[in-house]
Amino acid sequence: MKTLISRGIQAVMVAVLIGSATFAMMRSLPGDAAYRIAAGRYGYDNVNTAAADAVREELALGGPALPAFLSWLGDLARLDFGTSLVTGNPVIAEIGHQLGASLALAAVAVLLSLLIGPPLGILAGLRPGGVLDRALLIVSTGLKAAPQFLMALILILVLSVQLKLLPAAGHGEARHFILPALALALGLAAVNARIARDAMARVGAMPYYAFARWKGLSRRQTLMRHGLRNVSVPLLTYLGLQFVTLVEGVVVVEAVFGWPGIGHALVHAIFSRDVPMVQGTALVLGLSFVVINAVIDLVTQRIDPRRAA
Amino acid sequence: MKRTLSLIAAALLAATAPALADDTLDVVAQFEIQSPEPSTSGYIFTRMGVTETLTNADPEGQLTPGLATDWSTSDDGLTWTFTLRDGVMFHDGSGMTPESVVNALNIAQGKPGPLSSTPVESVEAGDGAVMFKMSEPFAALPAYLAHYSAQILAPNAYGPDGAGVQIIGTGPYKVTGLAPPLSLKAEAFGDYWGSAPNVPNVSYAAVSRVETRALMAESGEADFVFGLDPASVARLEATDATTVHSVAIPRTLLIKVNAGHPFLSDPEARQALSLAIDREGIAKAVLRYPEGATQLFPPAVGEWHDEMLDPLAYDPEAAKALLADLGWEAGGDGILTRDGERFALTLTTYPDRPELPLVASVLEQQFRAVGVELSINTTNSSEISSGHADGSLDLSLIARNFGLIPNPVGTVLSDYAPTGDWGAMGWQNDEIVEIARSVGRGDGGEDARARIAEILQTELPIIPIAWYRQTLAVAAGVEGTVIDPWERTFGLQDLKLAQ
Repeated sequence: MKTLISRGIQAVMVAVLIGSATFAMMRSLPGDAAYRIAAGRYGYDNVNTAAADAVREELALGGPALPAFLSWLGDLARLDFGTSLVTGNPVIAEIGHQLGASLALAAVAVLLSLLIGPPLGILAGLRPGGVLDRALLIVSTGLKAAPQFLMALILILVLSVQLKLLPAAGHGEARHFILPALALALGLAAVNARIARDAMARVGAMPYYAFARWKGLSRRQTLMRHGLRNVSVPLLTYLGLQFVTLVEGVVVVEAVFGWPGIGHALVHAIFSRDVPMVQGTALVLGLSFVVINAVIDLVTQRIDPRRAA
Repeated sequence: MKRTLSLIAAALLAATAPALADDTLDVVAQFEIQSPEPSTSGYIFTRMGVTETLTNADPEGQLTPGLATDWSTSDDGLTWTFTLRDGVMFHDGSGMTPESVVNALNIAQGKPGPLSSTPVESVEAGDGAVMFKMSEPFAALPAYLAHYSAQILAPNAYGPDGAGVQIIGTGPYKVTGLAPPLSLKAEAFGDYWGSAPNVPNVSYAAVSRVETRALMAESGEADFVFGLDPASVARLEATDATTVHSVAIPRTLLIKVNAGHPFLSDPEARQALSLAIDREGIAKAVLRYPEGATQLFPPAVGEWHDEMLDPLAYDPEAAKALLADLGWEAGGDGILTRDGERFALTLTTYPDRPELPLVASVLEQQFRAVGVELSINTTNSSEISSGHADGSLDLSLIARNFGLIPNPVGTVLSDYAPTGDWGAMGWQNDEIVEIARSVGRGDGGEDARARIAEILQTELPIIPIAWYRQTLAVAAGVEGTVIDPWERTFGLQDLKLAQ
């Protein structure tokens, strides 16, 4: 309960901070917002001063900053995110559509990374310094170092163009998930394999672990009863932090794979100065960070009751 | 553990079985769908064959009947009458009436777009026809009505404020699913007035990265891939999976010059910059086109292209001589100076077209060779309009479309008579204004067009560099591809899927 209350307060603070920061940043960007919005709406062949003036008049741009900010805060308190300056649709509807696509992709990516990374990490951690451990170090360093953009293109080239197994890009069917999710998952797996490996090596060197073996449990029983639970705590905590990497990756991966997600929306909203969309998107991303960390706090408390105290 | 892994592997493989050849033609391009609003995303709906305009254009730019079967103007040129096609149905089952056409055109005229700049005073519904009352004669009106923003949608397609809320067109394809910003699905419309399309279903996907689009073409994931970069074209030409089509289009890569800038106000200075550009080299090495531009109007704009005009040349020595005559002297670092000022300019461009920043960096080298220093600012396309409005632009590298309407006089009027956001800047030539207006009224003929081309060639308010080509990759097995140089349609209704 205490956790939830403190996270709730945190969420409100995050909302206000993100709202003010995006508002200030969007206001201080160089260039005339009316022109940027007109370019976003009508495209570069059709953006001209007449279109920009029409936009300025329609949206009543160029007013003082403080009233605009206060009215945004007021709307937010009523859970009204406003309408997109470019498309004219309610921001909440656009985000709902795009967040769904991103969450689905992120969930599949996290799942894939958990299937790939921790099992390999645990196997490596059981024999620190072994062949698997050393090979994993090299592979995971390489995967982590490769930019996601490059990773995505390599995956398309190999799995889609050469082997013709998977669609290169697109959205709508289950098979469209695999490549973008894999592009995200490999980077995540590279790191959580390292975390799992270090945690396993640490747990494996503990006296209680040696004692479990000594009292007659098999390797497998020791791992199941005394290893996994202890390894999972740092792994889960780290998963919360990986959300940042995930958001960053989603922006790049969505652009490459033509995925209609929130990262894609955020980039385009920034290009065309769609302030309500930027604020709404940043807010949703910030709040999901709080929610995910709250969930992870609760789960780790269940796994390791000492932490709740 | 092993069992779990093999189960996952099996599940992955099952999910990854390649798609069966289906009866849907998948189109991929870079353009994102904003909303069901014709003034912003309408060009996607017309290109996909979902919506239509009163007039159409053939590849030569000659107007052909669309939703109007014929049109004529009164003797004084102040009334245009468009006879509407009989038996046209909207996708919601209602019939197209003169009133619904007037409604669509009135809404279109109230929004930013070419139609709002025409001297149309009012549009009225007649008996099977619509009438335009003009404040002055305007011969190019039928061409303006071919613009996507003048597409005809059913009254129910618009909200109370005139904003598009649904796509209810008259085209051969009817929208079955619209998911902005990336996808649109459509099926053949049974009650279409023309011949029924061969391909029963079409889909549109916006993919912003050119690398991804090319890979989708190469892997067979998309059947009709638009907007390819030169490097991808070279790759795709080497594969059997696709055919690359390429056609000259009425679009020119050019430098917009601020003729009001003290360094650039002399026509000789602009000529010197023009002489410093190796157009052949840029066309072949960067754009992989067969030739550079020799004048502003590409051969694709038909009658505006003047074979007799002296071609723009590449001669760095002559450029240096012209600049020396204007009082510029080479400084210690090779950059020219005059009265203590360095010949340094900013070239503004935008990345929406991937070749623009590439050409900009080549220009930086070529201008440096004659002693002119360029700094490149790659930014949002709207900086060109706003820099034009506040006079802060020096030079900008842009791609200008002469086919916004299938009559280049529209672009000439908006860009050079006397200046325009995407045309001349700080430049005043009364003769061109007068001739362009007479061509717009319908008075001027070949001589008038030739004189306009000549003025632009000698005065160089803009410096042409290359004529664009449109390239697209079409999957093997798709027949009947015709690229529309006016960028109005993908021609989907005429495509066939080979069995």
